[in-house]
Amino acid sequence: MLVLAVGNPSRGDDAIGPELAARLEAAALPGVEVISEFQLQVENALDLVGRERVIFVDAGVGTPAPYELRRAAAAPDFLHTSHAISPEAVLATYERLHGAPAPEAWVLCVRGESFELGDGLSDAARRRVAAAWEDLARHCARME
Amino acid sequence: MSTLPLETAAHPEGLRRVVIEPLSRVEGHGKVTLLMDEDDHVQQARLHIVEFRAFEKFIQGRPYWEVPVMVQRLCGICPVSHHLAASKALDQVVGATQLTPTAEKIRRLMHYGQILQSHALHFFYLSSPDLLLGFDSEIAKRNIVGLAAEYPDIAKQGVLLRKYGQEVIRHTAGKRIHGTGSVPGGVNKSLTAGERAELQKDIYQVIAWSRDALRLVKRLFEADFETYCSFGSFESRTLSLVRADGAMDLYHGGLRATQADGRRIFDHVDYGRYWEQISEEVKAWSYMKFPYLTALGHEDGWYRVGPLTRVTRCDFIPTPLADRERREFLAFEDGRAAKATLGFHWARMIEMLHAAEAIKDLLHDDDLLGKDLVAGGERQARGVGVIEAPRGTLIHHYRVDENDQVARANLIVSTTHNNHAMNIAIREVAKKYLDGRRLTEGLLNHIEVAVRAFDPCLSCATHAIGKMPLEVQLVDAAGAVVDTLVRGSR
Repeated sequence: MLVLAVGNPSRGDDAIGPELAARLEAAALPGVEVISEFQLQVENALDLVGRERVIFVDAGVGTPAPYELRRAAAAPDFLHTSHAISPEAVLATYERLHGAPAPEAWVLCVRGESFELGDGLSDAARRRVAAAWEDLARHCARME
Repeated sequence: MSTLPLETAAHPEGLRRVVIEPLSRVEGHGKVTLLMDEDDHVQQARLHIVEFRAFEKFIQGRPYWEVPVMVQRLCGICPVSHHLAASKALDQVVGATQLTPTAEKIRRLMHYGQILQSHALHFFYLSSPDLLLGFDSEIAKRNIVGLAAEYPDIAKQGVLLRKYGQEVIRHTAGKRIHGTGSVPGGVNKSLTAGERAELQKDIYQVIAWSRDALRLVKRLFEADFETYCSFGSFESRTLSLVRADGAMDLYHGGLRATQADGRRIFDHVDYGRYWEQISEEVKAWSYMKFPYLTALGHEDGWYRVGPLTRVTRCDFIPTPLADRERREFLAFEDGRAAKATLGFHWARMIEMLHAAEAIKDLLHDDDLLGKDLVAGGERQARGVGVIEAPRGTLIHHYRVDENDQVARANLIVSTTHNNHAMNIAIREVAKKYLDGRRLTEGLLNHIEVAVRAFDPCLSCATHAIGKMPLEVQLVDAAGAVVDTLVRGSR
């Protein structure tokens, strides 16, 4: 399975994704590959080739706290973003390119509060990362 | 403070305000405001940059050797450009006046990989939905998935071109993101024979796809040359790097500035003293500064950077296929395409082909496999690095103290250079397409099409789920919101 973590380590709570990716890489769970990106892009659809499952890990703004872990389905969900695209749009791009259903996909979205350049994780984000980590690790372990 | 037509309404009281915030498919947080009178005539049009980027503070106080890695976090779209511009500036600080052949060629390869993937992203993902499906086509389909449904081969080529560019970056920078390949004085890795062979395998296909993209953009211009040559178009002065012999060189050169008709204002200027040629004006309504050519003053000295400037103002492109395309572009409709705002797209595809050819040439150069990676010399206190990033000229300027920490940093990014020109472009579109008409989402998208042609990166490096919905507000003369349109937020 693939974990695609998204975020900028130097942009406050945008570091939630890279932080969870680092923990997962340190855990070295068998059968789990971790990729970190600043932003999701169309070519990430190619990272899904041959995967049984994928989890997108990202920070959220105004999303449920401390986090939500939900199934994701392909959707042409491009319009609220800029150069970057959403997990659903990555799945949709995969399906358009390959003419086949995308792998089973989940989104782990941990709510963030502050995204200023040069800031570290906020206290709230640290607590939420700790809570989300247990769920993420369990989820990945189940996939073994 | 200078004021241009439609920059500031003569009598703003009682006008209706339309806000496009933020721009979709434009990086970061920007907004456009239009002031309309009761007869729907445009009285004022402005592109605002609403987020202040504390780039300099982010860098100050850090050890200089960390800077080429840290600055990648300024931008999620073109981190390699910041990586290389910072490295070039810090080459001077470590006294490396001449890089080793291996170091320079590895950096060039990395840069052309970045140009290739960035231009592919812009054309295939950000702009071609507008161009192929229509500026006012159904909004839900005006994206790459809509494009993939209508033109599956084109969408697939765009994805694979980006992937190839990313692979070039991965092999030269060491990682997909947060690369460490370029260091003050050189690079810390060269290519292995296996890495070179892997990249050589697909480069001819990449060149072929780049030529296909050019055929596509030419067909678009030929099918509706009047719209493509006139949309948001205006004449402007230009600024770019050129090689000593006048050739396009996206990695290194001297500064060339021209008048709108191509006459040189200055040429082959050492960018190490850029501040003698460029000044920056502050306007109360925008956080982003407005640079201008000092000799011409702030009213007349604004200019344009980026692919359209580079392709039209170099004397030639030093790869044969791209240079042939450049000549055809310059001749199209007596040169009208080369002056058009949408000509950015054509120029961008010429550069993508040039990048592919340059990658091919470099991959056949054995210096890429060399082991002499770093040069040095007498330590200096100051360094300036300039590079032609995908969106235009990028300037990094550092002063390093005796403790090896950055004491002062100044960055001028491509989008800042184009700030004035983008404002002119939206005013041209507002006058032609919006004036006197009832506004619709499709008409407002015309404004965004003009901004997107420049491919601005207004404030990068963060993208969280739920951030950046597009909101359009109509506000009456009393300031009350009378209508709101929000594009797909989640």
